[in-house]
Amino acid sequence: MAFFKLLRQSPLSARIGIAMVLINVIAAVFTPLIAPYGETEIVGDVWMPSSSENYLGTDHLGRDLFTRLVYGARNTIVIAFVTTMLSFFIGSLLGFFAATLGGWTELSLSRVIDILMAFPTLIFALIALSVVGTSVTALIVVIAVLDSTRVYRLSRAVAMDIAVMEFVEAARLRGERIWWIMRKEILPNAMPPLVAEFGLRFCFVFLFIAALSFLGLGIQPPTADWGGMVRENAGAITFGILTPLWPAGAIAFLTVGVNLIVDWFLQLASGLKD
Amino acid sequence: MTRLLEMRKIEIEGYSSEEEKWMPIIKGLDLTLDKGEVLGLIGESGAGKSTFGLASMCYTRGGCRISSGSILFDGMELFGAPEEELRKIRGVRISYVAQSAAASFNPAHKLIKQYAEAPIQHGLMNFNKAEEKAVDIYRRLLLPDPEGIGYRYPHQVSGGQLQRAMVAMAMACTPDLIIFDEPTTALDVTTQIEVLAAIKKITREFNTAAIYITHDLAVVAQLADRIMVLRYGNLVEENNARELMANPKEEYTRALLSVRTLREDRDLSDTEHDIVLEVENVSASYTGKASEKVLEDIDLKVRRARTVALVGESGSGKSTLARVITGLLPQLEGKVIYGGKELPPALKSRKPETLRIMQMIYQMPDTALNPRQRVRDVIGRPLTFYFHMRGKEKDDRIRELLEMIELTPTKYKDRYPGELSGGEKQRVCIARALAAKPEMIICDEVTSALDQLVAEGILKLLQDLQNELRVSYLFITHDLATVKAIADEIVVMLKGRIVEQGVKKDVLTPPHHAYTDLLLSSVPEMDPDWLDGVLEERKRKGLKSADFVQS
Repeated sequence: MAFFKLLRQSPLSARIGIAMVLINVIAAVFTPLIAPYGETEIVGDVWMPSSSENYLGTDHLGRDLFTRLVYGARNTIVIAFVTTMLSFFIGSLLGFFAATLGGWTELSLSRVIDILMAFPTLIFALIALSVVGTSVTALIVVIAVLDSTRVYRLSRAVAMDIAVMEFVEAARLRGERIWWIMRKEILPNAMPPLVAEFGLRFCFVFLFIAALSFLGLGIQPPTADWGGMVRENAGAITFGILTPLWPAGAIAFLTVGVNLIVDWFLQLASGLKD
Repeated sequence: MTRLLEMRKIEIEGYSSEEEKWMPIIKGLDLTLDKGEVLGLIGESGAGKSTFGLASMCYTRGGCRISSGSILFDGMELFGAPEEELRKIRGVRISYVAQSAAASFNPAHKLIKQYAEAPIQHGLMNFNKAEEKAVDIYRRLLLPDPEGIGYRYPHQVSGGQLQRAMVAMAMACTPDLIIFDEPTTALDVTTQIEVLAAIKKITREFNTAAIYITHDLAVVAQLADRIMVLRYGNLVEENNARELMANPKEEYTRALLSVRTLREDRDLSDTEHDIVLEVENVSASYTGKASEKVLEDIDLKVRRARTVALVGESGSGKSTLARVITGLLPQLEGKVIYGGKELPPALKSRKPETLRIMQMIYQMPDTALNPRQRVRDVIGRPLTFYFHMRGKEKDDRIRELLEMIELTPTKYKDRYPGELSGGEKQRVCIARALAAKPEMIICDEVTSALDQLVAEGILKLLQDLQNELRVSYLFITHDLATVKAIADEIVVMLKGRIVEQGVKKDVLTPPHHAYTDLLLSSVPEMDPDWLDGVLEERKRKGLKSADFVQS
């Protein structure tokens, strides 16, 4: 109920964002029902213009672009979501540990994270992926670990503010274990900023996968994904064919949508403080 | 006398985002003020006194608005006047002194620069002129080193001095009216008396009118010519200060005025040898270095079913002592003995059973309760943790505990802390402590964040619980009125050492230790002549409180 009340009070920008994300989610969930053809099915000539059979035309191998876009939504969004979840799990767990225990634990954890952060993320990912290979699992783990450093920073900072509150001290005095303190005392109070950050990081991860795919190290063909589709069709642009702009537009569309929601969340989260 | 300010039928509303409508805060109040007159606005939190006081310069805080009324300042209508006109008056003819000087000064600029900002901004004088005047005002406010103090940064002066520097800032343009919003509430009693003396002196010397907002009737009695008592945005009573103190007409005013003793001196002989907690020669330091001790040679005994009041000003080490006793800060030297056995210094090495018998209640109930836990979870956790209670047994005990703290179980058990008032939150904290069936409870300033009448309710509850459950209290406080009301024994601390301790009657009857004397004489009394009397007395003795604490 509280959720619907919140939704009713949401600003227009957030509603637009929700609608944009919903379109993507629907595409990801009902992919086979929406897509007119199979993911790798070749339906016609190369780079055909849009028509009643191929709404957005065909790609460089003659596959239906609309179908590829819908499948791409499923692949990219699911992988980005799983990656963000994993990175939040690792990052916030370590962050809460550091904030709650303090002392040497915090110091050593923070320095290790600092070292990880010192490398440019893209280069680090390229090295790691060329070592472990470009399977989906490897992709998820590598990006999640790299991204969790940022989550660690945030969750540690948020948790440190909470860990000095008297209700946490009361729990310590009661003799509670660290795990309980983290789960019951700190986590519920750290949720609002973490949720807002989740949306933001989801965008970054998603863009990062697109970038990796564009470089050829992300999701491998023939699996459809938006970043890869831009790369595969990039050559078309020199002939004045607009095909690569569709997946690029889809990336922008989802990113803008998520950001509109995140902005609203951030506003709510900061509003909670005063 | 000429009329300076006349506010008629002021109505102020605040926007409630929960109810999604404007709610009345001030419900049609009138206020008149003559030149040079000091008016006291008295009330508990939420009475609307600050909102009303600020409205005198036609200003409201964010989310509030003045919906109707008339504010006539020196013949000029402020309500509805353009912002540009108001800007010319604010800071020049009407100025404001806020509660927390530390939060109101910019830490990056020297005091005098902040002092000079208003007069220069309004084009009244250049910096050199302002500087000259600042020194004069600093001197009048009895600040030490008036020529040099302006060139310090806010963190380089003490709290009381900073508050006086803020009064000086308000005086910079020689205004006709100053609004004081609880200027001494955050200060220690011995500092408060100096700030009060300074405010009284300077408003008299410049014949400045003032609106003095506070919750403390004894404080306002020292300054005000006239007092208005507010409650829920309405006027309860208004009268000449002396008249109001001597002859309160309304029940509510009488309740605020009455000085209560909850605990008479009682026969303590039966508990003389029943010692619950003993602290022996304890020293402690936050850095672990013996040269930076914050506690030295503390010896203390807490006997069963007695209340030991630990009194001292901020920085005296009383809360640190509580941290040592609970194990949060392991001591450098000495022992903490509980029930005849020495306790391990560090919290980690203490057994759950040891932790259970010693519970703690905090000053700020807002931060002492997890905002995401319901009342039944807050109280239920110690039951599960210490006694492994589940299901119906636990529910029954929660109900019993809620009844003990005088909250209706069905109404309160599913609420979140955000849905409770300050007093109710503190009661829930008490219930959480009681759930562990402790033998001793450390109460760290438990009433200082609460309104007077609410605080009295909490103190009374603690008393009743003690009589019923025979629990001991170590009651940490800076408020001597509370101490007088409830303590059996008193321990006076100064800079990490105990200067005097004993049974209440002995400590409170002269001869005192010099510091105890200073502390006792600094507590404002419900007597309009008290401040002048004390200052006179101190002058005669040649004693200045700040000297004492600094020496």
